[in-house]
Amino acid sequence: MSMSRDEVFTKVKDVLVDALGVDDDEVSEEATLTGDLGAESIDFLDIVFRLEKTFEIKIPRGELFPDDIMNNAEYVENGRMTEKGMSTLKAAMPHADFSDFEKDPDVSKMSDLFTVKTIVNYVESKTAA
Amino acid sequence: MRWIWIDKFTDFQSGTRATAIKNVSLAEEHLHDHFAAWQVMPASLIVEGMAQTAGILVGEARDFAEKVILAKVKKAVFHREVRPGDQLQYDASIEQVTPEAAMTEGRVTCNGEAIAEIDIVFSHIDNNMSGLVFPEENFVFTEDFKSLLTAYNVSSKRA
Repeated sequence: MSMSRDEVFTKVKDVLVDALGVDDDEVSEEATLTGDLGAESIDFLDIVFRLEKTFEIKIPRGELFPDDIMNNAEYVENGRMTEKGMSTLKAAMPHADFSDFEKDPDVSKMSDLFTVKTIVNYVESKTAA
Repeated sequence: MRWIWIDKFTDFQSGTRATAIKNVSLAEEHLHDHFAAWQVMPASLIVEGMAQTAGILVGEARDFAEKVILAKVKKAVFHREVRPGDQLQYDASIEQVTPEAAMTEGRVTCNGEAIAEIDIVFSHIDNNMSGLVFPEENFVFTEDFKSLLTAYNVSSKRA
């Protein structure tokens, strides 16, 4: 199954509109799930379920949203992600854009890694396989 | 008053789907406040009936080992009012169960007439909530709920 990026984005947008009750025009590629679209923890499970169904893919736990790394206290020092944590997280999330987070690895800003684009990139990598 | 918003299961297919019924009666105190001159079952309690039907279905699928908590009402659409004397039929089916959560789809009807569509996300809270620890005993599935499965000898076959 090969889909254009636009097609993937449109379907991801539909998933987010349904899962989060947001308007179409709020869902841009840059929008963050938590900050801009108001997603809460349970919404991430819902989003994963819906993506699996919409794209007929399997999303292993922790692959799209690696909460096991993000919640690992070993990787945090004074509220900031350590270098080791950063490289582990980057390896686990090739679909995310780390340019802002690397400049200021304040863990409270970690959720900004989850943008609409992060999901689109992830789905593209799964459907291209 | 006991917090049980279904009267009995009429069908129970383990891990797949379940049907329960609820008889709405003027003996229910709250109906006289909702509303005095025109009694209507609150829509929130129709959601609760579905949450109990679907929640027991999800709980039984893992032998009641998980604490199953309603996490999100994905969809709740209502087509008409429910009044005393109505018998509601709740049809719930499992869309997906994982170690952390479950999703269910549900329809509510009365004599075949559409009343509501209610889809729910349940959380298995011991495997969620960032490692928060909950009491060991399963406070969700009390005997009141489990007895719904045994009282009428509804078959609980493994699919």
